[in-house]
Amino acid sequence: MLSLEQVARIADLARIELTPAEAEAMRAQLNGILAMVDRMNGVDTSGVEPMSHPQDAVQRLRDDRVVEADSRAEFQAIAPATEDGLYLVPKVIE
Amino acid sequence: MTWEVVIGLETHAQLTTESKIFSGSATRFGAPANTQASAVDIALPGTLPVLNRGAVERAIRFGLAVGGKIAPLSRFERKNYFYPDLPKGYQVSQFERPVVAGGEMVIVVEGAEKKVRLTRAHLEEDAGKSLHEDFHGMTGIDLNRAGTPLLEIVTEPDMRSAAEAVAYARALHSLVRWIGVCDGNMQEGSFRCDANVSVRHPGEALGTRCEVKNLNSFRFLEKAIEYEVRRQVELIEDGGKVVQETRLFDSDRGETRPMRSKEDAQDYRYFPDPDLLPLQITQEWIEEVRKTLPALPAALLDEFRLQGVPRYDSWLLVDSREKAEYFRQSVSATQARFAPAMAHWVNGELSAMANNIPTGFEDFPIEPRRFARLHDRIQDGTISAKAAKEVLHAMAAGEGDPDAIIEKRGLRQVSDAGALGSAIDGVLAANARLVEDYRAGKEKAFNALVGQVMKATGGKANPQEASRLLRDKIGPSREDGNPTETA
Amino acid sequence: MHSRTLKELAATLASKEVSSVEMTRYFLDRVAKLAAALNAFITVDEEKSLAQARAADERIAKGHAGPLTGIPIAHKDLFCARGWPTTCGSRILENFVAPYDAHVIERFNAAGAVILGKTNMDEFAMGSSNENSHFGPVKNPWDLAAVPGGSSGGSAASVAARIAPAATGTDTGGSIRQPASFTGVSGLRPTYGRVSRYGMVAFASSLDQAGALGKDAADLATMLGVMAGFDPRDSTSSERPVDDYTAALGQGVKGLRIGVPREYFSKDLNADVASAIRAAIDELARLGAKMVEVSLPNQHLSVPAYYVIAPAEASSNLSRFDGVRYGYRAPEYSDLRDMYRKTRAQGFGAEVKRRVLIGTYVLSHGYYDAYYVQAQKIRRLVANDFAAAFRECDLIAGPAAPSVAFDLGARTDDAVQMYLDDLYTIPINLAGLPGLSIPCGFGAKGRPVGLQIVGNYFDEGRMLAAAHAYQQATDWHTRMPPAFAKEADGVQP
Ligand SMILES: [Mg+2]
Ligand SMILES: [Zn+2]
Repeated sequence: MLSLEQVARIADLARIELTPAEAEAMRAQLNGILAMVDRMNGVDTSGVEPMSHPQDAVQRLRDDRVVEADSRAEFQAIAPATEDGLYLVPKVIE
Repeated sequence: MTWEVVIGLETHAQLTTESKIFSGSATRFGAPANTQASAVDIALPGTLPVLNRGAVERAIRFGLAVGGKIAPLSRFERKNYFYPDLPKGYQVSQFERPVVAGGEMVIVVEGAEKKVRLTRAHLEEDAGKSLHEDFHGMTGIDLNRAGTPLLEIVTEPDMRSAAEAVAYARALHSLVRWIGVCDGNMQEGSFRCDANVSVRHPGEALGTRCEVKNLNSFRFLEKAIEYEVRRQVELIEDGGKVVQETRLFDSDRGETRPMRSKEDAQDYRYFPDPDLLPLQITQEWIEEVRKTLPALPAALLDEFRLQGVPRYDSWLLVDSREKAEYFRQSVSATQARFAPAMAHWVNGELSAMANNIPTGFEDFPIEPRRFARLHDRIQDGTISAKAAKEVLHAMAAGEGDPDAIIEKRGLRQVSDAGALGSAIDGVLAANARLVEDYRAGKEKAFNALVGQVMKATGGKANPQEASRLLRDKIGPSREDGNPTETA
Repeated sequence: MHSRTLKELAATLASKEVSSVEMTRYFLDRVAKLAAALNAFITVDEEKSLAQARAADERIAKGHAGPLTGIPIAHKDLFCARGWPTTCGSRILENFVAPYDAHVIERFNAAGAVILGKTNMDEFAMGSSNENSHFGPVKNPWDLAAVPGGSSGGSAASVAARIAPAATGTDTGGSIRQPASFTGVSGLRPTYGRVSRYGMVAFASSLDQAGALGKDAADLATMLGVMAGFDPRDSTSSERPVDDYTAALGQGVKGLRIGVPREYFSKDLNADVASAIRAAIDELARLGAKMVEVSLPNQHLSVPAYYVIAPAEASSNLSRFDGVRYGYRAPEYSDLRDMYRKTRAQGFGAEVKRRVLIGTYVLSHGYYDAYYVQAQKIRRLVANDFAAAFRECDLIAGPAAPSVAFDLGARTDDAVQMYLDDLYTIPINLAGLPGLSIPCGFGAKGRPVGLQIVGNYFDEGRMLAAAHAYQQATDWHTRMPPAFAKEADGVQP
């Protein structure tokens, strides 16, 4: 069962602000989902190869060629904030 | 009590591909902001990565060059964290199954060789850049660099001093350029080191380490490690404890400080990237790449050893592939027995000249066969070492063939017994006192006599020949039974 | 005209009975008059549609028409179409105008099809009722009190109401087949990799697949023929040649072994649906198919595994919505972290937040093995079940959903029950198999029931042939919701 602190920690990792009331409701909902998910926990899967992809194939590669042209004007037309060709964000502190 | 320093390095080498690791954007440095950021690079919704074969090929080259194991199947994972220069909110990297495992580098510190084991090398994408100049209190983001292919090369904690760390970094820097996988341009950030530093008393378990990030010059690497070691030792000796953290080097202050943006405990939530199937590298592909590899430093060190080049000189020769290649071509244009002497010239005067031109030994203005000819002239006594330097500079200035330069400038040494003999006779007649001193056992007096002969011939006398004739004429000194016969 | 199939509409255009511009106007009028009641569309742009129709008319005049040239097709609003808003049913992309075309859109454009509009959907395709859209719920044309299913609810409703001749959808856990079942239309989810995902906004990358909704199997064959094919920009896109699905339709079902998993008829399956499905299976047998019992013993583990894998992938896929380069940015914030947290809190709806948080949790340190790795192992077991079943049969038949469409609001307080209702569709996504749903009758309250047909990898041709054979023998697929069956007032065919 997730605690409120865990919910807060997960929400912070996911960068989603939750009000205290939302966090409380979310905790109940997430625990409901996890209870359902837990049905798979007892299953003996020892020796089973995890399947991360439906295709039993290997990666196709592309040749090292430049095929993209500058699209900055078009891309930045839909950006929240730009200046001098840069995307603007609140000050980043390193 | 003594302290032992333990250092491991993680190096990000930007690969020399034309296009990015997962998109068809150019990787050229210095383009106007965000003009090399495609839909994939800025992570527009719906875009997908497609891996660049050229990046994988370079990882294979590196793996072969360091004797690592190339994974037949490796995997790309997502490293999840929020940062404005990371458009997808995750970096595609390799975590559990890197493309290269193991391998080693040999470094030389204070004349001694040492092996540094490599843990792994993995492919990943670079992030963009945050520009902190003030945009009304905002930060500007340029994503041109986002998606540039990187090979992250990780060592075991095998280094025991800042000097060793720098020696490793230099050797690695040389190697990646040697095999053509990275241009090594540190000002442009093509080769960046992170240092994991800890201290302990010898024999004890590893101490808590700090990671100092983004050291983009060898000097900063050295200074940062030295500072960090001092800081940790002082901290512990004052009864404190080192906290595991990521630190930044402030080159203005010569200090490291904790990175604020990494303050909160990270949880990167690595998992296999579902957009990218496993990366397969077949044995055939590895063999194909192997065929295109140049002779590597280790092989050349062997070759030079067989030619009698001293170990230290050999190490200097393999500083760069161009230098080593220059040397090899020079030797092959003359006799192999001259290799040790030629190594001296290449590491000495020629390296000094190469350091003064931007292209170094690549595109060096003196062709190896011409340098070999000049060297032959030194060996056969036609010119003196001093004159040879003059010829070298004349060749570099485009005056052409060394023999022509020697003749034009009248640099030929006087070795002819007749011409030398009359000069010697004159010197002996005018310096009876020195002759007496020499006969009385003062070797210095002999050198003075040789000097007088040189002076008398305007510096053109062959000093070896002059010495021989002098001794013939004066006879043995009292101290020295029969000094000259075997000279 | 609204009841005509794609083949009939193509013939209508070829015969010059109407032009593409007239046909497009006709369907745009239906959108204008009828779609609002269903809330089926998010964006309509008559100018853009008519410009494409004019170009199609020129192409038809030159004799270069293909099977979809000039025919208006609706697209789920998560396919990027250059110049069109592409919202994914989310506030965070409310003002996002796509600067490029998805591979699927390129294919339809190249075929000369007309974009009729962008259809409503559950936000980021997360949902099974279409109640999770920022733009409001979609209603079921058979009963406006019922949900149309989701997440491709707008596409399904608009095809069912004969507002769109056909539509695209995506299916990550049943998002084409379940709404097809709920609205009485035909819907196909192809094999993973058959249709490029490039330009289709990702929910869960290893499960997402684009497909089609139409009036019958022949429509689906036409749609898939246009959509399918290799795309170098999606490294999971299959290089396998595309079959001629329309040519395959005539193969029939005679001699085919159709597997019916014994686990399908359990207490989870409502009686009304069960009897419709049994009747459909009998019909397939009557048409010459050989019915065999197969078993999918791990199918009950599919939903739990899915609710680890899909949220895990989604939590990462949705990280790019951060208010930096496009989309919504919160108007007020104190610093960078606060900007992220408020942008995403205000930009995402409740269901998206739930899944992003579940995904974040199952990938987090200390929980990865217990959840994520275990779910991947279960996924393998589920896929192995199908591999074993397909050694004994050629196709698998059963329900697409355990019930008919439920009432709007009926499940909003019980997300988990809604998740569990996807038990018939989710296993197919985990395995990466193709599946389709075709109408096969009506259940409680006169709401449609869908028959699911599942094929082996890349066996869409055989699935469509079976569906076609069934539709040749039955007329469920021709039934129209009464309120939408008439030509709209003032709309001239
Ligand atoms: Mg690192
Ligand atoms: Zn790295």
